Amino acid sequence: MSAEQETRAVRCLVAKVGLDGHDRGAHVIARAFRDAGFEVVYSGLHRAPEEIVQAAVQEDVDVLGISILSGAHNTLVPKVIEGLKEYDAFEDTLVLVGGIIPDDDEDDLKELGVAEVFGPGTPMEETIEFIRNNLPERA
Amino acid sequence: MGGTERDASATPRSPELSDGDAALVEDLLAGSHRALARVITRIEDRAAGYRGIVAALHEHTGDADVIGVTGAPGAGKSTLVDKLAAAYRERGDTVGVVAVDPSSPYTGGAVLGDRIRMASNVGDMDVFFRSMSARGQLGGLSMATADAVKALDAFGKDVVIIETVGAGQNEVDVVRTADTVAVLVQPGSGDDVQTLKAGILEIGDVFVVNKADMDGAERTLAELEEMVHRREGPTKGLDGGHHGFEVPEHPDDGGEERDSGDGDGGGGDDGDEPPEWTPEVLRTVANTGEGVGELIETFDAHATHLRESGAIEATKRRRYAEEIRTLIRSDVGALATAEIERRGGIEALADSVRRRETDPYSLAAEIVEPIAECVDSDAT
Repeated sequence: MSAEQETRAVRCLVAKVGLDGHDRGAHVIARAFRDAGFEVVYSGLHRAPEEIVQAAVQEDVDVLGISILSGAHNTLVPKVIEGLKEYDAFEDTLVLVGGIIPDDDEDDLKELGVAEVFGPGTPMEETIEFIRNNLPERA
Repeated sequence: MGGTERDASATPRSPELSDGDAALVEDLLAGSHRALARVITRIEDRAAGYRGIVAALHEHTGDADVIGVTGAPGAGKSTLVDKLAAAYRERGDTVGVVAVDPSSPYTGGAVLGDRIRMASNVGDMDVFFRSMSARGQLGGLSMATADAVKALDAFGKDVVIIETVGAGQNEVDVVRTADTVAVLVQPGSGDDVQTLKAGILEIGDVFVVNKADMDGAERTLAELEEMVHRREGPTKGLDGGHHGFEVPEHPDDGGEERDSGDGDGGGGDDGDEPPEWTPEVLRTVANTGEGVGELIETFDAHATHLRESGAIEATKRRRYAEEIRTLIRSDVGALATAEIERRGGIEALADSVRRRETDPYSLAAEIVEPIAECVDSDAT
């Protein structure tokens, strides 16, 4: 157990954007990710898209999970993705959206660069499995 | 010695810089946030080539004031750090923050929650906030933190704040990588002050009673003052530490003692000991920002004290000595581990001891022998 052992960990940002104040789901996700051995940064409530971008860039996360239950995903998610691109962080960040997203919007979000959308009732293992299988390659 | 291409990964000890990493270092020095974030990730991961990166950054470091903030969970560290960062920004300084949280010893997972409190610095990229988890490395955490601080320093941050829970030796080591250490205490927690006695007291340059608007703040302030002043006589503090009050050794040390740090600068002790810094005891209410200005002034005063007394050189020498030692210990340890593997692994060796075929001392001597031989042959 030397100090120099390589110790790669999956880093995730669990983010609540906008005015939606329901974070029970985000908490449950954060805990499940932690128990899966991930390092989870939780953003706290009511974050602006710029804050999410700032956090994702500075924390250099592999996974950005955005939780939205307010229906404002079509406004907020594009702003986050734009911001990530601005800092050259979009390419190697796996962007996930969780919450209540209509099917049509889901397609639009994926078009935009969201890797997957997880609706209510998705088993936690499924989300974790998806992350493990789709982790961005790092140089 | 493997082929040329795999050399870097074959010898992780080598501080060589690959072309890609050289570009990364260049980007960091040019001010790319992405590059800075990526470098810190490499440092945290102890990923191949990170040593070359840190080695290349070293010459660009040394300009930042490095401040450590520690204290029990719930003392208000994150909130205070947020307010400190905002105050530094107000006077035009750029700020880096490294917040260290514990990780689960079972899964390695962690929830890094300090970011939630960083409400005053929203969207301000000149505050670079980074959460790190302990990742269960023995002794590795303080190295990783020190290296992350170097990255922020080289990036050009004027102030770098290290925030960590003061829970054990690991955390004490982490916070010792700072030039100035602030220890946060909650009012009314006699227990907290008890904890402080167990080692954190020695590392504090500034003691902060946060949440000073709560009941019991005055008492905690008084207790801390008493402890700080008892610490001034290094030999006296060693015994009788459990009694509440002792007969004061200096009958005249009333309330006027606080300025002695600046006052007796010329006197000092005999020999080449730099004049001592008397730890300050301050009060803050991090929620409202009360006392944050004074706290920063005290940090500045301590930094000035370190520079003018020459203590900064001693501090840095001690720190780099510790870094060199940790690295060498870890590298030599890795050599020994490799040798153990060559001999069938530690369990096989342990079994041979269990069967009384050999004993631990003989085995250790056998394994270290080839390393010792190399050292000896170099010496002659």
